[in-house]
Amino acid sequence: MRYFTGFLLLALLLAYRPGTAQPTRYQTRAGTVSFFSASPLEDIEARSQQLAAVLDTRTGQLAFSVPIRSFQFKRSLMQEHFNENYLESEKYPKATFSGRLLDWKPETLAAAGAVPVVAEGDLTMHGVTRHLKVPGTLTPLTGQLLLNASFSVAPAEYNIDIPALVRDHIAKSVLVTVRLPCTPVAVATSASQP
Amino acid sequence: MRLLSTMGLGLLLALLLRVPAHAQDSLLAELSSQLLDSASRAPVLATFKGTRIINGHSVETPGGGTLVFLISHRFGTLNSGAYNFFGLDQASIRLGLEYGLSDHLTAGVGRSSLDKTYDGFLKYRALRQSTGPRAMPVSVTLFGSSALTSLRYFDGLDHTLPRRLTYTVQALVARKISAGLSVQVVPTLVHRNLVDTRRQHNDVYALGVAGRQKLSKRTALMLEYYYRLPTSEDPGTRNALAAGFDIETGGHVFQLHVTNSQGMIEKHFLTQTSGNFFDGDIYFGFNVARNFTLKPRL
Repeated sequence: MRYFTGFLLLALLLAYRPGTAQPTRYQTRAGTVSFFSASPLEDIEARSQQLAAVLDTRTGQLAFSVPIRSFQFKRSLMQEHFNENYLESEKYPKATFSGRLLDWKPETLAAAGAVPVVAEGDLTMHGVTRHLKVPGTLTPLTGQLLLNASFSVAPAEYNIDIPALVRDHIAKSVLVTVRLPCTPVAVATSASQP
Repeated sequence: MRLLSTMGLGLLLALLLRVPAHAQDSLLAELSSQLLDSASRAPVLATFKGTRIINGHSVETPGGGTLVFLISHRFGTLNSGAYNFFGLDQASIRLGLEYGLSDHLTAGVGRSSLDKTYDGFLKYRALRQSTGPRAMPVSVTLFGSSALTSLRYFDGLDHTLPRRLTYTVQALVARKISAGLSVQVVPTLVHRNLVDTRRQHNDVYALGVAGRQKLSKRTALMLEYYYRLPTSEDPGTRNALAAGFDIETGGHVFQLHVTNSQGMIEKHFLTQTSGNFFDGDIYFGFNVARNFTLKPRL
């Protein structure tokens, strides 16, 4: 009897998965993040298509991560400098965000069209973590959730040192645009069959 | 029994009511661990700042769609006295263009004032040092060039086109040991179609060694030495030694250096270097490279 109860409990534990009926995880490996620095002397633009993200639609939690090395620039030398001198990608290989959508209601998923959302959380890059509040939109599409956001990042706030010689070439505030086309993931179903 | 059930129930409850205090971080951790599984090899960047160490090439290429305009300049020797303003009165120059046909293949042309020489080269990045699973320990770039002397001769010999040509093949092997220190070895063969005397060999074998130590994010110390095998030494010539200082600014790389070689292409610095570095036959010089992006990569 004792063993039976133990086994039952174990089975219950293993079988327990909140909301297996509906996918609660949406994720992508191929989100796009680009940034744009506008200065009177030069416009600098870079893009990465290796932004990985997870959104938990039950809790509204959101995380994303992008390898610094994956940013492509128009000029190869700029790309090299970005990695070697500015973001120091060997030391700090990725930028991450960990946070949640404010006032999140799972019903939003049923909305037709873009819904304004605000994400709040920690952005970490170049070894510096800062708390951000980022407005964006969430668009439920068929079999997909599209999350768009854009926000400004000041290189100085992330200890990114810009030498005097090129100071006028790089904007004080860089516009970052994020596009996450997330698809639902079936949450580890193997565990529900003990 | 009852105790066990209560404990089990408690556990179950705890699981159900799991407050997502650390859930944010765990979501990121989960994402990170997923990404780790698919971590791929990443090539090592910027083993050297420019496409040249000092006289010789580095493993670096400009990258697809990028044109480099390279001005290399050597003054006269420091020991030529105050009359020659310690060498600054004289100048030897090479103007060069090199274009990245792809990220791997580069073609270049140049014109040296020394012996009025034209040169053309192809450079191919065969292997690239990388990090990650099954990492490549070194970068290997293959280099081939030919040089044509357009000098007018009055020695009675008919200097036909083949007699004016010299070829160089090199395998540039480099490793970025740390963020600051990079080293390179360069097995080299120079073939001269015509040599001055019967005693000289047409083929010159040499091994180049070079190093870079960064001093700051944008400056570095450079050292380069080409050792010719004893069978390849010509009378009156020496091995080329050079030491320099690199400064990088935006789209430029400035290289300032001292060397015992007046020429700036393989044929010249490997077979025609006559200066004794430690006797003051030192040429002060510089390379300035300017990059132009002809084909934006985005």
